[in-house]
Amino acid sequence: MTRELWKGNEAIAEAAVRAGLQAYFGYPITPQTEALEYLSWRLPELGRAFLQAESELGAINMVYGAACAGARTMTTTSSPGTSLMMEGLSYIAGTEVPMVLVDVVRGGPGLGNIAPAQGDYNQIVHGGGHGDYHPIVLAPASIQETIDTIYGVFDIADKYRTIGIIMVDGSIGQMMEPVTLPPMKEVRKNWPAWAASATEGKRERNVLTSIYLDPKQEEITNLRLMKTWQQIEKNEVRYKEYFMDDAKFAVVGFGSAGRVALSAVRAARAEGIPVGLFRPISLSPFPKEQIFELSQKLQGLFVVEMNSGMMLDDVMLASQGRIPVEFYGRMGGVMPFPDEILREIRLLHANGWKSEGHPRERWLAKLETIIKEEQ
Amino acid sequence: MQNETLIAGFGGQGVLFAGKVLAHAALELGLEVTWFPSYGPEMRGGTANCTVIFSDEEIGSPQVLNPTSIIVMNQPSLDKYETMVRKDGYLVVDTSMTNREVERKDIHTVCLPATQIAEELGDKRLTNIVLLGALIHASNYFGQAELENALKKSLEGKNTELVAMNIIALQRGFEYNN
Repeated sequence: MTRELWKGNEAIAEAAVRAGLQAYFGYPITPQTEALEYLSWRLPELGRAFLQAESELGAINMVYGAACAGARTMTTTSSPGTSLMMEGLSYIAGTEVPMVLVDVVRGGPGLGNIAPAQGDYNQIVHGGGHGDYHPIVLAPASIQETIDTIYGVFDIADKYRTIGIIMVDGSIGQMMEPVTLPPMKEVRKNWPAWAASATEGKRERNVLTSIYLDPKQEEITNLRLMKTWQQIEKNEVRYKEYFMDDAKFAVVGFGSAGRVALSAVRAARAEGIPVGLFRPISLSPFPKEQIFELSQKLQGLFVVEMNSGMMLDDVMLASQGRIPVEFYGRMGGVMPFPDEILREIRLLHANGWKSEGHPRERWLAKLETIIKEEQ
Repeated sequence: MQNETLIAGFGGQGVLFAGKVLAHAALELGLEVTWFPSYGPEMRGGTANCTVIFSDEEIGSPQVLNPTSIIVMNQPSLDKYETMVRKDGYLVVDTSMTNREVERKDIHTVCLPATQIAEELGDKRLTNIVLLGALIHASNYFGQAELENALKKSLEGKNTELVAMNIIALQRGFEYNN
């Protein structure tokens, strides 16, 4: 297999094409725009649909329409665009049609900046749209992993008729790494049985909707969504472990923060510190059973994120207070250096773990000093 | 084994392209590589930099505080990055664009008038490749032939004269005796 250098955003686009993407709708926003730009020539070249919408609202509702028609469909955006798409995502979830969204997260809140960040965790993982629904959220950490994840997520979204979200950040969107591309899948020739496609007079028409005026009917739909979610929780948990076999404590980090943590953990190991890394890939469903198991055998968990500790809350829930949890994060588009994580690992190794108070409080007090020193 | 190279200069000096050549060289050797550009508003004429990491195992952080080598293409980059080079690492300086000596003694320093050399070759835009040649000569990260192949790969589709000029620029960098 040949390895080629690919830029993250273009690799995202090509992986979707090879997974059989039939219809793409999007709106430009840095640091994601190259994905849209690439598809603007790549999809027409293959006779498939590309449309630059008038806004993110337009794009997500066009995706909604294409999904109802049974097409393999996707959009890509970055944080402020994802915020705008939340209403559409809720409608898509309520209608139970599959689609894929790639969010190349940037610094926020607000217009923020275009630097890498992970501040979309809560709005994506815990649902920014209204109502009882859970999207599948996967957070790959390299370009190869991003390609493999996107290539597979369309089938998963189809299987459960649900939303599949890939959460990466600006650094993955903009960097280049060597990758091996997967083979080109054939595009779908037959529409799914549930799709609102032409009946040709051969069957009853399918009705797809997110309107259930009778609350009892809506509740039945909600129950169906939750039962599907139970299946997803059972089948779709993904994570990667490093140096965990003999680890006395572990760093927990996803995506780019997980990569930065990997460098720090390697350096700590070289100093003889028995630390491992647990890197969740599926943020939703969250690997809570695995975290619970870790809480039964480790001294503590050290969560690292590029936000204010959004996954930290999930780790604390999953570990159920059985072991101390510590946190370190950078916000607003600041990416931590491995040295910062290593410094914290050394402190934990030398001074032990605290269990009184909240890890976020301790981190905030520390961060203020760090920011002052860096200025 | 992991090496990190940071290349810093003004936007338009070919910082990102020099990084790509390095990334291609590592790719050809079957190594893991991460090419990470600064992609902010600074691309539009301000300072630009990119980090290229290559390793024989999965690469962690795409940026490091203290790279094993740094190429500086202007005075602000020298002032900002001289202290950042890892001890025993390499600092390559374009002396045509800087106005002071390197102060550190605990690193390998390669100083050459790269812009002047490129201008003598007929094109100032070859400066980045001259500097890259000087770094690879000093550090031995790759052989000259491997870098030439990577350069050709990076310039695929460009006219043969441009490729030839770049190869000469690379050789000048390699041969420069500081």
